[in-house]
Amino acid sequence: MNEQEWDRMKKLLQQALPTVEADAEPGRDLWPAVLRRMDTKPAMPWFDLALAGGLVALSAFFPAAIPVFLYYL
Amino acid sequence: MGNDSSGVLDEFRQGNVDAFETLFREHQRAVYGWILRIVRNPATAEDLTVETFWRIHRAHARFEPSHGFEGWARRIATHAALDWMRTARREDELPAEIPDAAAADPAVSAEIRAKTAQAFGRLPPKLRIAATLAVVEEQSHKDVAEALGISVGAVKLRVFRALRLLRRDLEQQGIRP
Repeated sequence: MNEQEWDRMKKLLQQALPTVEADAEPGRDLWPAVLRRMDTKPAMPWFDLALAGGLVALSAFFPAAIPVFLYYL
Repeated sequence: MGNDSSGVLDEFRQGNVDAFETLFREHQRAVYGWILRIVRNPATAEDLTVETFWRIHRAHARFEPSHGFEGWARRIATHAALDWMRTARREDELPAEIPDAAAADPAVSAEIRAKTAQAFGRLPPKLRIAATLAVVEEQSHKDVAEALGISVGAVKLRVFRALRLLRRDLEQQGIRP
């Protein structure tokens, strides 16, 4: 891409995207929302849930494996 | 973003919520503005500002006061925006409005601008975010590199790849930029 093509692409992109105000500020006070977010407990990731479910199932089908799991805890 | 007294920064690092609120009040506008430049949607920028400050609060113990709050907050904000771009549905990301004709070059039709915006939305998020900040917002490569946590060279490469892919996409649609 030469310099002219670069400039054309740049201008096209600047015109294509919505403009934003340089000194924009939020339309509301966000501090209460931050406090609410801080109070919520993070959701358990699906991977952790799947792992826990797998261990429970494995323990149910192969009880002999329980001491092995306990050893690695 | 302003200059924070080291006392506030130290207290924030220790988990003091009042210090956190002080930093929030001082930096929320700058963080919001930075995110808005990336996502270009005020409602999404507000949500991501909340997400960013939540992440900042969660990471308070890892904060290093000697490095300053501004760059750290900007980096977290950039990654929050990037995570959103990776998970958002495509239609959520499409621009809410195309710039009005008065502000635009009359030689470029509204259709071309709309197709350009859509093609840009199809780029990989990490290329899009670099191009948005460096090309559209004309931020320095150094600032973009710091915000993304990559080298200046990597920023230049991402911007180049973004524009090249965008041009290719437009050419496939019969548009010659």
